[in-house]
Amino acid sequence: MEEINALFNGFAVAMTPFNLLLMLVGVTLGVIIGVLPGLGGANGIAILLPLTFTMPPTSAIIMLSCIYWGALFGGAITSILFNIPGEPWSVATTFDGYPMARNGKAGEALTTAFTSSFVGAFFAIVMITFLAPLVAKFALQFGPPEFFSVYLLTFCSFVGMNKGSPFKTISAMMLGFALATVGMDTVTGQLRLTFGNPELMRGFDFLIAVIGLFGIGEILLSMEEGLAFQGAAAKIRGKVVLETWKQLPKYWATSLRSCLIGCWMGITPGGATPASFMAYGVAKRVSKEGDKFGTGKMEGIVAPETAAHAAGTAALLPMLSLGIPGSPTAAVLLGGLLIWGLQPGPLLFVEKPDFVWGLIASMYLGNLAGLFVVLTCVPLFASILRIPFSIIAPVIIVICAVGAYTVHNAMFDVWLMMGFGVLGYVFKKLDYPMAPMVLALVLGDRAEDSFRQSMLFSQGSLDIFFSNYLVGGISSLALVLLFWPLIGKVIGKKKVAA
Amino acid sequence: MSEQANNSNEDSAISVRAVDIITAILFLAFGLTVMIGSLKLGASWGSDGPEAGYFPFYISLIIMLSSTVTLYQAAIVNKNKKTESFVDREPLKQVMAVLLPAIVFVLGVQLIGIYVSSFFYIAIFMVWLGKYPLWKAIAVSIGVSAALYLMFEFWFQVPLPHGAWFNPLEFVGVN
Repeated sequence: MEEINALFNGFAVAMTPFNLLLMLVGVTLGVIIGVLPGLGGANGIAILLPLTFTMPPTSAIIMLSCIYWGALFGGAITSILFNIPGEPWSVATTFDGYPMARNGKAGEALTTAFTSSFVGAFFAIVMITFLAPLVAKFALQFGPPEFFSVYLLTFCSFVGMNKGSPFKTISAMMLGFALATVGMDTVTGQLRLTFGNPELMRGFDFLIAVIGLFGIGEILLSMEEGLAFQGAAAKIRGKVVLETWKQLPKYWATSLRSCLIGCWMGITPGGATPASFMAYGVAKRVSKEGDKFGTGKMEGIVAPETAAHAAGTAALLPMLSLGIPGSPTAAVLLGGLLIWGLQPGPLLFVEKPDFVWGLIASMYLGNLAGLFVVLTCVPLFASILRIPFSIIAPVIIVICAVGAYTVHNAMFDVWLMMGFGVLGYVFKKLDYPMAPMVLALVLGDRAEDSFRQSMLFSQGSLDIFFSNYLVGGISSLALVLLFWPLIGKVIGKKKVAA
Repeated sequence: MSEQANNSNEDSAISVRAVDIITAILFLAFGLTVMIGSLKLGASWGSDGPEAGYFPFYISLIIMLSSTVTLYQAAIVNKNKKTESFVDREPLKQVMAVLLPAIVFVLGVQLIGIYVSSFFYIAIFMVWLGKYPLWKAIAVSIGVSAALYLMFEFWFQVPLPHGAWFNPLEFVGVN
């Protein structure tokens, strides 16, 4: 029960008044970010990251991760009240959430969503508490070839699990890798691909990419759709909360299933969005009332919300234990760790137990704080959405510009952000996935280092990635996932023929 | 977007296929640039292991391969498919109404600093697109600029751009 002890030490670290205050601030900011179009978990944290440079790392990560929890909660508010998913992972919540709100059951729908989110996150945190140290211990034996094969697996699974064109996924991902190589080469000290431009010596910071792709790109998209917010009234009475809580245990099976789906999709970089759709789909197929899904069934909110939160939370497991983030937001948090001088990966558990366990403990507290904040302050958050888009849009662009500038105090980065914004708009419309691109930009250097070190061991032979059962197994799995679109097609054809 | 696809294509500013082709060609050009850059650095095996261009060279190779396939699919396979609209004229105007002022705004930040640019950007946007009365627009934009100043320079001591060409707020002590 080493973990329990460590966890209690973590609670001691997290439960200072300053950290508790940061949690509340973080969650509130997070919900606002989740509610506003154009600001989401990933770019919201990216913008606020520079403000935390002066804080102690543990407090900083507590605040930033709480922003993340808040954003996960916030997405549900807009989905249910306005039929506008504030975040991509809450799209599936609109299917039953909005009809429920229109039937005058907005309070029930919101309570269901928040409670399910909490349950999903809680499940994932318990899993992280016990699994992450084990994974980290196991990964301590990893050498460069093993790490590279894990990176390979991460990126190949994007190709295998994405529904769109695999070639577009590969192009977007490689764009991220290529941009990551720009600037100083850490091994040889040479400047790479800067073409004599001094501004490019800094390289492409993924924070800038995140702010542009997800922030500016999203504003451009919302503008095109010509958003007009018309929402149901929001108020949650205490009685409604209690009555809803009485009904929820009925759906324990749906809940458990969604937790498992979510955790799985979060650890493998499937992410919260596919997890929520998958959980909704499975619940619809399994439920007795499946044909009534879409008309405002509580179960139709439980399934996607639980899965989205479980996935969003579980995405931190590989980030903490292997240094490989499972989602763009986890990637931004990982970027934060690097800036604070912490090396994410298996050694973190050994070298900085206070930090790791403080963070894990803060996940428990942060989600509890989140549940409290959203249940009590829904009307306030809903009123943010009534601010017209013609005020929100320029203000968010100003905030994004400030965020991009403060990363390196460089004006060039603000221009880059605009460029990434246009890129994000085009990519979104053409189904080029952005998550693998961002992850490639974050992990590019580390993936390259482990590749080069492996090549040095083996004198340039790729056999090293199949040199023992462990590395060979991971590499083979990666290749299967890479060619999954092709394999899936062949199997599909055989089925049709048979 | 399915609604747009059903519209007559007269409203369309540009088709998905055309943008797909342009993007794939840009990817190819990008891949080629990276390839040339990494070949210049040396993309083979040096005396002390892989050279600096070794990894980027293979990345550029994969980019060129995958975007060739995308180009092939968009240009040849989808040649006779019904052309879907990438963006219609009206929405494109809306997008430009955000994008172009935003670019002017960024230029403004560079030249005269963030506070004055934000003030004008938000105020003009509100009056022009939101049809707000002038006093409301001015109130909101002063509020945002002041909040930025307090939050970044005052509390967190993070400097924001004050204007490379001319600092209009120098007289009130913003340096």
